Amino acid sequence: MAIEDDVLVIGGGIAGLSSAIAAAETGARTRLVTHKQSTLGNASGLVDVLGYAPGDDAPRADPYDAIAQLPDEHPYGKVGADAVREGLALFDDAVGDRYRGGHSEANALVVTHAGSVKPTARYPRSIAPGLASDDRDMLLVGIDSVTGFDAPMAADHLSAVDVPFDVRGETVRFPVSFPQDADVTRYARALDRDESVDDGTVREVLADRVEAVLEDERRVGFPAVLGDSRHEVVRTELRDRLGVDVFEVPTGPPSLPGLRLEDALYDAAEDAGVRITSGNPIVDFDADGGRIEQVLMDRLGSEVAYEAQQYVLATGGPVGGGIESDRDVVEEPVFGLPVEHPEDRYEWFDDDVWGDHAYTEFGVDVDDDLRPVAAEEVQFENLRAAGNVIGGYDFATEKSGCGVSLATGYVAGSEAGALI
Amino acid sequence: MSKQAESETFDPVDLFPDATEMDLRPGVDKCDKNGNCETVCPVAEVNEDFPGPKFQGPEQWRLTRKGDIEFDESVDKCLNCMRCDTACTNDVPLGQMHNVARANYVKNQKSHASREYLRNKMLANYGTLGKLGSMMPRISNTVFGLGATRWLNEKLLGFPSERSFPDFATQTFRGWWSDRGGDATSTERAREAREARGETGEDKKVAFFHGCYANYHQTEVAKSMVRLYESLGYEIAVPEQSCCGTPMFANGMLEDARGVAEGNVDTFGSLVEDGYDLIATCTSCSMALRKEYPELFDIDGIEDVASHMFDAVEYLRVNEDLEAELAGADVDFPAMTYHAPCHGEVMGVEGIVTELFADVDGVELEDTGDVCCGLAGTYGWKAEKYDDSMEIGAEMFEAFEEAPGEVALTECPMCSAQIEHGTGYEVKHPMELLETALVES
Repeated sequence: MAIEDDVLVIGGGIAGLSSAIAAAETGARTRLVTHKQSTLGNASGLVDVLGYAPGDDAPRADPYDAIAQLPDEHPYGKVGADAVREGLALFDDAVGDRYRGGHSEANALVVTHAGSVKPTARYPRSIAPGLASDDRDMLLVGIDSVTGFDAPMAADHLSAVDVPFDVRGETVRFPVSFPQDADVTRYARALDRDESVDDGTVREVLADRVEAVLEDERRVGFPAVLGDSRHEVVRTELRDRLGVDVFEVPTGPPSLPGLRLEDALYDAAEDAGVRITSGNPIVDFDADGGRIEQVLMDRLGSEVAYEAQQYVLATGGPVGGGIESDRDVVEEPVFGLPVEHPEDRYEWFDDDVWGDHAYTEFGVDVDDDLRPVAAEEVQFENLRAAGNVIGGYDFATEKSGCGVSLATGYVAGSEAGALI
Repeated sequence: MSKQAESETFDPVDLFPDATEMDLRPGVDKCDKNGNCETVCPVAEVNEDFPGPKFQGPEQWRLTRKGDIEFDESVDKCLNCMRCDTACTNDVPLGQMHNVARANYVKNQKSHASREYLRNKMLANYGTLGKLGSMMPRISNTVFGLGATRWLNEKLLGFPSERSFPDFATQTFRGWWSDRGGDATSTERAREAREARGETGEDKKVAFFHGCYANYHQTEVAKSMVRLYESLGYEIAVPEQSCCGTPMFANGMLEDARGVAEGNVDTFGSLVEDGYDLIATCTSCSMALRKEYPELFDIDGIEDVASHMFDAVEYLRVNEDLEAELAGADVDFPAMTYHAPCHGEVMGVEGIVTELFADVDGVELEDTGDVCCGLAGTYGWKAEKYDDSMEIGAEMFEAFEEAPGEVALTECPMCSAQIEHGTGYEVKHPMELLETALVES
């Protein structure tokens, strides 16, 4: 006996969450099925819409005028700029005041852990005082045992790209010592708890050590470890103790801004009434003609059926696991959807690391309603795709990952919900 | 040579030819050290010295490959919640690696003459202890309850004196089952229920893995399961069985675990062949048979047993239209707070209970969210781990304080012991709630 809903969304990343929220908001009974914890912990927590259009050398200030110029095959070409605005509106509602950037259609420039400047559409409140468009002088503070953020090097890089302020990097020792290669969550939790250490509490001692190296800079950036459950309290206390603005610089995985975003979006999905099932993958389906009747979940050896009227596939791209490849072929594994790719495996990538790799654009082809097509033929009338499982764009180069996920998620979810 | 020609002449080699023993290498290779596992590890959260799942699993595996580096003793501190398995975005079998590393450490490095080893051996073989205790339940309860016994237990054996041993039921579940007429009675009752429901359903047969706790302590849970399943037309078989092995895995005693696994697979495997599905009311028992056995042992028929093993709530959710059954129910139950056990999360059965009762009249149910209780089977029963156990549980205790419910609800008997210990709440099992809603009302 299948477990029944109106709309079933497969995938628990940004595309799946925005699809599910959009579908639930139409009143449809919606379930989101996700195999593992989402990959949002691997993401920076920034929401990019379009940082670089094809051919751009410099970061793009206004993403929307470029969206209109993109080829029809690009996911933005299929859903249009209005869908991007709707997707961002859904996001803004879901995260509330945790994020900034909604006041403007222009991209903001965020300082990264490598000392580059990245164009993005929405950014966490904790990152806001560090924007590169702000001309206050900046001190970057690295923590010696936190790998992945070398503050003096990042400061040098920023100076080299001519940011409109003076920037300097210093490294301090964290007040608590952890096993080697400890993850950022340990630092965050130590700051959350603020336990006593020699000469004070964790926050006090950290502030003292930074104060000792602070000159006349008016803002201080730390790697994104400033608290997990109490992170606003941590940041505010550091700001008050130092007397200057304090911000976070997004870091690599596992990333606290990514994990905080994951929590916020899952809470929003639950508030919207989405039913969430996690822990097992969807591996197969039954169809009647051009209609999917049910999908099958593999629960450690046996299969359980989930049935809905409309389905959204939001399982991610080649990195997220939604597109698989072996030595011979690239395809979408749940529905067996074809993925256009060169026959010769050596043409799937480029020898130049920074070159144009074909695999970055691998994904299923969709029509304007986001229904997967093969040779222009709609594969299933009640299946839509959202996010990076869709091919035809290179989110890493364009800086368009979240924007495409939100826009296609919004369209796929709201259209699926409207058909109920 | 051109690239084209290279690809045509390329001959892939088999990396693991004729492997005769478990080789974790393919799993290790998938680890890209993204660290997601560590963000969910309850021990790493409270214990600054614990190196975390990534180290205990793939890194330690690599380090010990050549044989001249010993297993790190910190592997003893892993509580086997398996949350890291769920968090890993690359399918690295962390739980399996931890079980293997812990077993190697306990077998080859840990002193077998220590008080701790003896204590762990007792905990691991709780099935035997439970059997003895339940022979004279009233005397056992009195003796275990005595302050002097608790003091001695801590001093001599390293059990935390703060905890009180769970009471033994005056009659075991097996005793009750046999007094009631055993499998034959169940077949009869199920047949009557099917007739009343207008069903034929020859195949409504389940074999019950009661494990230790439902047999010696929480017998009411097993009895509720029986009455509920029979009322829905299921014939129940209760074969002779051993402990599931979870306490053995958690204490690194894999050889003991293999012994019980072989027996259980033999018994339940033949029932699967006879058309039975398998259920357990304890999520650690069902996870042992469904996930840990096939990960750790190569036993004939193990895959069949694993693929037919279900959590008792999950099984009904999958096989019955529970929503329709519950639609007419009007339940008189106090407000409840639900805690999802880690092992339920790992199997993907989390959320079923709250979802099912979301719209049922008379049921108020709030979820404590994604937290570990900290008892973790035998972990919290060790004096030296008591403080960590309570610190891990603190978030859950707090969630209970804040929730309006007065009664706790969870599938796991060890979580329920921790909830009772930390909050004083009365704890119910979803089977009891379902029985109230579907059989009594």
